Amino acid sequence: MRLMEWIKPKFWNHYDAPEGPFRLLFNFPRIWKLAVLLTSGVTLLPLFAMAVIDYSVSKEAIHSELFFRTTRLVSNSRRTLTYYLAERHAALDYVVGANSLEQLLDATRLEYILYNLQRSFQGFVDLGVIDQEGIQQAYVGPYQLQGVDYSREEWFREVMEKGVYLSDVFLGVRHEPHIVIAVRHPMPEGRFYVVRTTLDTARIAGLLLEVEVTGAGDAFLINRDGILQTRSRHHGNVLEKVALPVPSYSEKSEVMEYTTPDGRELVLGYAFIKDSPFILMITKQKTDLMRVWRERQWKLLVFLTISIAGAMLVIVGVSTYLVTQVYEADVRRVAALHQIEHANKMASIGRLAAGVAHEINNPLAIINEKAGLIKDLFTFRKMYAEDRKLMGLVDSIVTSVDRCATITRRLLSFARHVGGDSKVQRLRVGEIIEEVLGFLQKEADYRSIDVSVEVADNVPEVECDRGRLQQILLNIVNNAFAAMSDGGHLGVRVHRAGPDRISIAVSDDGCGIPEGDLHRIFEPFFSTKTQKGGTGLGLSITYSLVKEMGGDIDVKSVQGQGTTFTIMLPLKSKSTGA
Amino acid sequence: MRVLLVDDEIELVSTLAERLAMRDIEAEWTSTAEEALELVRRNRYDLAVLDVKIPRMSGLVLKKKMEEIQPSLHFIFMTGHGSEKDFAQGAAEAGAGFYLVKPVKIELLMERMEEIFRGQGGQE
Repeated sequence: MRLMEWIKPKFWNHYDAPEGPFRLLFNFPRIWKLAVLLTSGVTLLPLFAMAVIDYSVSKEAIHSELFFRTTRLVSNSRRTLTYYLAERHAALDYVVGANSLEQLLDATRLEYILYNLQRSFQGFVDLGVIDQEGIQQAYVGPYQLQGVDYSREEWFREVMEKGVYLSDVFLGVRHEPHIVIAVRHPMPEGRFYVVRTTLDTARIAGLLLEVEVTGAGDAFLINRDGILQTRSRHHGNVLEKVALPVPSYSEKSEVMEYTTPDGRELVLGYAFIKDSPFILMITKQKTDLMRVWRERQWKLLVFLTISIAGAMLVIVGVSTYLVTQVYEADVRRVAALHQIEHANKMASIGRLAAGVAHEINNPLAIINEKAGLIKDLFTFRKMYAEDRKLMGLVDSIVTSVDRCATITRRLLSFARHVGGDSKVQRLRVGEIIEEVLGFLQKEADYRSIDVSVEVADNVPEVECDRGRLQQILLNIVNNAFAAMSDGGHLGVRVHRAGPDRISIAVSDDGCGIPEGDLHRIFEPFFSTKTQKGGTGLGLSITYSLVKEMGGDIDVKSVQGQGTTFTIMLPLKSKSTGA
Repeated sequence: MRVLLVDDEIELVSTLAERLAMRDIEAEWTSTAEEALELVRRNRYDLAVLDVKIPRMSGLVLKKKMEEIQPSLHFIFMTGHGSEKDFAQGAAEAGAGFYLVKPVKIELLMERMEEIFRGQGGQE
């Protein structure tokens, strides 16, 4: 709460004095809010827009880059695999073409061919010749397959129909995955025979392992039923069912996105290997690939946050500063208007007072002289000098005239000193105090307020403007009267405070001022009497008058016990210099 | 000692003259500036007591004219008005103590007169 009070700019809690013709020009909190809103809008919106655009554009870019790279990888790998299979197919074709059936059926010859194939190409495991009836006529290799009948086998029917057969992967002897390639070789009169070989897929697996897949990726083959044909890193072993969807057929290499049931996002590239049951699959972990981009986005976000914080700080700071400046200027303007109005009012009252005093003074002078003459006549002619009653009557008239004269002189003195320019003269402070209290004597009497004045003997004359000193004291004494209830006590004490200062202390035993208000009472428009017609200017004008004279004013108050205003005045006026 | 009183309030000035006479001061009075000048030309006075505001002529101008006729004449001003300007001018012409605000106590007026006769204050 205290921090808030400290941060809160001065204009925030300002309320206009409800009375009086002069008001502040603007609603400052509203201006401040508007300024902050507009500037921050203009500043931050483009920043946000840029950030959002950058986010989506860079995401789009990294996405298509990712797809493009995957596509290329799939294409290249497919080419390698296709080439590998085609090579073996071609080798087998060559073997069949270059040898007659008799040569192939020759076990020694067949063994020699297998040896050469194994030497030139990797992966050939065995080689067999099967006749039209599906009976294995010749075989070289690790198995005992001589004479086996393949006529009811699916692959044999297929090779009869299509001329070539490429098998799915199966686990052969030693549990190594293998595939089978078989080609049909036609002979005259519609007869044919089939050459069949088993290929070790280790080499294929090796090729796929060589494919460098970034982003915790994987490259493997599946068949069209989704059975893994080579070992994969993350998606299971050979002949297991892969936990990925089997893509529909496409001529080209394709890339798609796939989210696994456990929530991992994958980029899935695939291609159908031509003339084979195989589908090449390449997977990449999307989160891995996006990590770099995400890190960059994080940095950007941090930068953005810092920028926004900085911008807001500057905007709020500058707005507060400017609005405070305008506010203070406005407050000064209104205070000046009030002071002018106050001065004008005082001048008007002064003119009125002077006019009244003058008009009354002349008849008063006549009464004075006439009564004086009556007294003189009585005194000088000694006719009625002994008549106490008559003398008493005349004395009473003279005394009353004297009282009237005192009043008119005060009015004149007041008129002479208010509203005019500053006129510094040497004054006895005690006299001025008596004069001011004279104005309020009647009120003091009515309300039985006890007024005591003490002026120390060592108080010298003071150089200052009579009218201003009167105003200062009048304001303070008036305030004291307002604070006191009937039967209160007002004390005015004047003493010397140091070599070049005197102090005038005005104490009352009135209601006092709450501690929270004490530091504000000299502010313009601070008033607790706004509902009763106070403008909140009396003490602020008093304060500025005291300051103009080179003095100081201080207040001490205990609520419920009373208030003491202390005015310190320099003995020599500032304006006269020495 | 001869004193001339000038004030447009006849009631005031005549009464004052009478009272001064009772105190053995030879006082003549008039209510117009013209007559006052006429009197000054004809007779010799020691002192003139002038109202600052006399119809058709300011007391200050009247003082100047009277001085031209009788340079040794002393002056006391009496006024019912208290404007700053009047006060400054009157006090400058006659000295601060010789600018009296009505109603004036006869004792105070006598005191000032005596000061003048003792050769103090007044016109320098």
